[in-house]
Amino acid sequence: MSENKLLRIGSGAAWWGDRVEPAALNAERGDLDYLCFETMAEATVSAAQVRARRDPSFPGYDTYLDDRMRAVLPACMRRGTRIVSNQGWINPQGAARRIVELLRELGIKGVKVAAVGGSLITDRVLELAPTILENGQPTATLKDTLISAEAYMGAEPIVQALREGAQIVVTGRVADPSLFLAPMMYEFGWDPLDHERIGAGSGIGHLMECGAQVTGGYFADPGLKDVPDPWNFAFPIAEVDAQGSVTLSKVAGTGGAITAQTVKEQMLYEVHDPANYITPDVVVDFTRARIEPLGPDRVRVTGLTGKPRTPTLKVSMGCTEGFIGEDMFFYAGPGALRRAQLAKKILEERFKIVKLDAEEVRIDFLGLNAIHGAATPPDAPEPYEVAVRVAARTRTREEAVKVGREVDGMAVSGVGHTGKRVPHQDRTREVIGVWSSLVPRGQVAAHIDYFTS
Amino acid sequence: MKARLEQLAHTRSGDKGNTSNIAVFAYEPALYPLLKEQLTAERFKAFHRAAITGEVLRYEAENLHALNFVAHGALGGGVSRSLSLDNYGKALSAAILGFTLDVPDEMAPLLRARAPA
Repeated sequence: MSENKLLRIGSGAAWWGDRVEPAALNAERGDLDYLCFETMAEATVSAAQVRARRDPSFPGYDTYLDDRMRAVLPACMRRGTRIVSNQGWINPQGAARRIVELLRELGIKGVKVAAVGGSLITDRVLELAPTILENGQPTATLKDTLISAEAYMGAEPIVQALREGAQIVVTGRVADPSLFLAPMMYEFGWDPLDHERIGAGSGIGHLMECGAQVTGGYFADPGLKDVPDPWNFAFPIAEVDAQGSVTLSKVAGTGGAITAQTVKEQMLYEVHDPANYITPDVVVDFTRARIEPLGPDRVRVTGLTGKPRTPTLKVSMGCTEGFIGEDMFFYAGPGALRRAQLAKKILEERFKIVKLDAEEVRIDFLGLNAIHGAATPPDAPEPYEVAVRVAARTRTREEAVKVGREVDGMAVSGVGHTGKRVPHQDRTREVIGVWSSLVPRGQVAAHIDYFTS
Repeated sequence: MKARLEQLAHTRSGDKGNTSNIAVFAYEPALYPLLKEQLTAERFKAFHRAAITGEVLRYEAENLHALNFVAHGALGGGVSRSLSLDNYGKALSAAILGFTLDVPDEMAPLLRARAPA
């Protein structure tokens, strides 16, 4: 790619449950060189492991893989847009094979699909990673509850797959910004140790990884920060140059907005020290970035940079940590909060009578204090309607079931004017706790498999 | 005069384990020094009462006219084990918008007011 060429990279997803239509729009009308999908949260891998143990038919990759790929493959393959995606979860080879099947169904032949694996290190994490970052305890304390451990890999294996001719690269756990950085490294020939450019590219990846969060999503606050047509957001497009400067834009005619404010908010999203944002590829420095609106929904970001990468990779370890039982019921009208307070007292006494064995119990008044909890101002106004929402974390499912059973009792044995749902839904769920550690980067080796449609 | 933070700044929260970061961005560069002076890490933590159980660190990003508060122990034990309905704390960034600041009267024209619906 020539020095003057602008590389166009679009977002296709910011999380597993994200909308599909903006990805299709970017594929059709984004004039993209690359379309990148981010579909994994911290607990995704562990949840997938739990499901795979229970359900042998679960293939272990993004459950929306078919929807997403069917929506974008025709346009991407017609236009020559390459795809980078972390939809492989715990089975990137399986995801790659499925994509090949979908390509064949569409009559698209000869497309090379790469599966990047190697992030799963469950079998050796306790030796490689001695200490839990959150509490300083040895990782050996997780020995009996560990479900899955995976290292966050960087962009380099994706770059290798692109260099070896893959048009679609599907990965397991890779750091989110690395999905977007990899095309820049490949197209511009950036040295993996050029921390200034890698920092810039990773910073751009960070701006892109949350999709609509930079195009007006998770932003509107009516009367203070209004956003046009917030029912029709587009996912962002990055126009990147070889120096690592970027202009963010979106497909014309869509809702939302890209402004200096939306870009700033996303720049610090999930960031701790803005001068030292650690990724597998580099340590990004956001504190010298300049944000310059160029026109409607076009914002230029320059000055993103970085510092040399750390010798370690972050590891996420998912562990079984028991169960949560939860349910809610409702009050409205004059005296609603008093009735809710009595209902809370009844539940607290009932939990003693049935000897609920819980690590933590929480009874909130949704409408008053369920969202901000203890941060709710003491003088908050009394609501007209209140939901009593109760949750308990327990070691066994049998204990968690007690929460819903005691809420059932509130139907005829509770307070006057109690509104309640019929308990059809499962009111317990499994808890997968996530802990972090660090492993030497040399101990994690990516492997790449290729499949052709 | 007194003003609420929502008149001076906009905010966004993000999650990592049991830590929430809440970034506060001045709408106007001229308002940023007021934030730096009055919205300290100590006051930020005190404002959230028992909802933040750990240490609060404050980072400054002058180029963004932003303060980034890193609140340890703000997510009920962690996203995955929290009993909160909002276990990612994505609504948490709205709480601090009610923080009260002293603003010199001559800066009143820089303040935002929520437009009527």
